[in-house]
Amino acid sequence: MKTRGSASRARAIEAHELTKSFGNHLALRGVDLDVGWGETVVIFGANGAGKTTLIKVLATIIGISSGRVLIDGLNIKDDAEEVRRRIGVVTHQTFLYGNLTAYENLDFYGRMYDVPRRAERIKEVVDMVGMTSRLYDRVSTLSRGMQQRISIARALLHRPAIMLLDEPETGLDQQATTRLWEVLQAGEDGKPTIILTTHNLERGLELCDRLLILAQGKIAYQGARQDLDLADLKRTYQHYTGVGT
Amino acid sequence: MRFWGKVITITWKDTLSEIRTKEIISSVLVFTLLVIVIFNFAFAANREIMKLVAPGILWATFAFAGVLSLNRSFVPEKEQGCLEGLMLCPVGREVIYVGKMLGSLLFMLVIEMIALPIFTFLFNLPVLSLQMVTIALLATIGFVSVGTLFAALAVNTKARELVLPVLFLPVVVPVIIGAVEASRLALAGEPWSRLTSWLGIIAAFDVIFLVVSYLVFPFVIEE
Repeated sequence: MKTRGSASRARAIEAHELTKSFGNHLALRGVDLDVGWGETVVIFGANGAGKTTLIKVLATIIGISSGRVLIDGLNIKDDAEEVRRRIGVVTHQTFLYGNLTAYENLDFYGRMYDVPRRAERIKEVVDMVGMTSRLYDRVSTLSRGMQQRISIARALLHRPAIMLLDEPETGLDQQATTRLWEVLQAGEDGKPTIILTTHNLERGLELCDRLLILAQGKIAYQGARQDLDLADLKRTYQHYTGVGT
Repeated sequence: MRFWGKVITITWKDTLSEIRTKEIISSVLVFTLLVIVIFNFAFAANREIMKLVAPGILWATFAFAGVLSLNRSFVPEKEQGCLEGLMLCPVGREVIYVGKMLGSLLFMLVIEMIALPIFTFLFNLPVLSLQMVTIALLATIGFVSVGTLFAALAVNTKARELVLPVLFLPVVVPVIIGAVEASRLALAGEPWSRLTSWLGIIAAFDVIFLVVSYLVFPFVIEE
């Protein structure tokens, strides 16, 4: 298996002319995306712009209508299972079973991902997100923020080189949000490649190497962090989305 | 081996969750027992009439119980947002299908194992025989193999409680008819040789349903 970073020749993520339709509705219209290893790309956009659809396509949860997407050089159509081993996904949904304990949930996902030394690894990731004391509690008894922290542990369990984050701060308090970014940006085996969608312009600008604005399923704007300050970003965002901030 | 390891992991997760909540077993079992008791009162007739109507009562009860049970197989995944979590796992969609199908099969067999002795007691018929157990096993495999596919389809619709029976029952009719006819012969004390044609029909539909559902499931779950 390829490791993250410069050892890989392929780009982390390459999307060419990506379209996705639901019936007559075109959710993504010819998206081109090129993300290098270790890069943090933040995607902004109004509700319904296609951010979540893009994350779901990259995560292989839904198929594409046309175009081509490569993750670590693997085509998501032909090598979906291998692609899934390389990505970790955190969304506002936790993907956790409320009737099972945090440990049982992580053990389940650990088995599905063939995580070696599973019990040890579960303790490591739970420690990273500061949830060791609640490891054997049922998920339904945890607060929303705690569930989200366990969800982050779930996403880190198999040491993914690429993290897809769709509004991951949902339910997290300030301290937990800071912890999330410390854990993600430090990485365990070098800085991971991160695709983040968020409505928080300030936070997004602070975290990104590059930012995109998605509007009506198309990339309306993209630029490097140093190209914009927060005021510029707010103006640009309003210009392309028609939504004030 | 890897395929079956993942399948068992999914089935075990569903079983553990069901042990905790008893959501499917308790509700479906209560429904099954109520229907059996009501029919017992309605057809409080002599043994010969009972022999004629009992197979129909039994399989109508199990068919509706199956609908109830299958309706719940994907609902917790959907309600808790875990379906996408499952789809993120590095396994084929077929693994999810077989894992969920085996979970539903297990729950249905547990319900039938409890219901059959009660049916024997109330209707005073030899329902607990090797022939009847074989029929139940074959018919239940047919139910859950196609039912799991339709449950996955229905879970993404607004009126899922209605969509599943409307889709599922017409398709599963051959299995129900086969099970009713085979049960009628078994309850009449006929030998195995008289049952084989009906058992063959049920088994053939089991294979067709399993293969088709296995192949179609990835498209259903993704779209």
